[in-house]
Amino acid sequence: MSNAISILNGASSSDAVKITDSGLRGMITLRGDLDSAQLKSAVSAAVGSDIPAQRKITHGPMGGVAWMSPDELLLLVAYDQADAITAQISEALGAEHHMAVNVSDARAIFRIEGQGAREVLAKGAPIDLSPEAFGIGDFRRTRVGQLAAAFWMTQTDMFELICFRSVGEFMFDWLTNAARDGSLPEYF
Amino acid sequence: MLTLKCPCCGVTAEETEFAPGGEAHLTRFGPGTDDQAFADYLFARKNPRGVHFERWRHAFGCGKWFHAARCTATLEVFGTYTAQTSTPPEELVAKIKAKRPDWEGFA
Repeated sequence: MSNAISILNGASSSDAVKITDSGLRGMITLRGDLDSAQLKSAVSAAVGSDIPAQRKITHGPMGGVAWMSPDELLLLVAYDQADAITAQISEALGAEHHMAVNVSDARAIFRIEGQGAREVLAKGAPIDLSPEAFGIGDFRRTRVGQLAAAFWMTQTDMFELICFRSVGEFMFDWLTNAARDGSLPEYF
Repeated sequence: MLTLKCPCCGVTAEETEFAPGGEAHLTRFGPGTDDQAFADYLFARKNPRGVHFERWRHAFGCGKWFHAARCTATLEVFGTYTAQTSTPPEELVAKIKAKRPDWEGFA
């Protein structure tokens, strides 16, 4: 078996707001009817969490569940568990119309931490990132610079951001540049 | 710049998060129809100065298509609504009528 590594193999920047490649993370795209009881129980069996409300993310003992669109969830699990959990979900949903795919290797995940993490993202994302508008539990798909991305807060001043792996290196460079010491407007 | 509300995921976002999809509510004329109707379906588009109905996609967000009604002259957005319809909702048409009494209505 080949040795899987993340896009930048755990690299991190050295500014006050630190950008880190979070390494490998299991990610499963699950499409289906989010109101269905069967899908609910399959998700809670897989990650131990309820289905999040619109544009929210919930966390359970085995991972997180993020609301991607009205018919799509993203499950965040341990990398080496992703295949097994995908199979488990497909089995639990049986004949119900759905799609569960392990997309772990198609994505990159970064951590943005430090005072001013909001401002780093606010430089590139066309959304309101003030503490009143975006907090822990919120999940937002948008663009950062010109790249499609999604992010959420894990704790105060700490974000996790996912994007396609093919643009992961550019994303890291973009975030690192945006987080350069002395370049933050200190608005929030 | 337009500020649109995506009816699928509920966010109000600015134009760069969306991708335009051209005129809304086209009637498709396919094989077997007369040539003029087919050519008009392919190429003829309204280009109004004023109220216009368009398709948009929330490309950087939830990825879903929806419809928007806006004014091409002032960029005022009257409203957005589901893509699963072939005519604009009546309350939106009434709202536009109230704002633009000269508007000839959705045709």
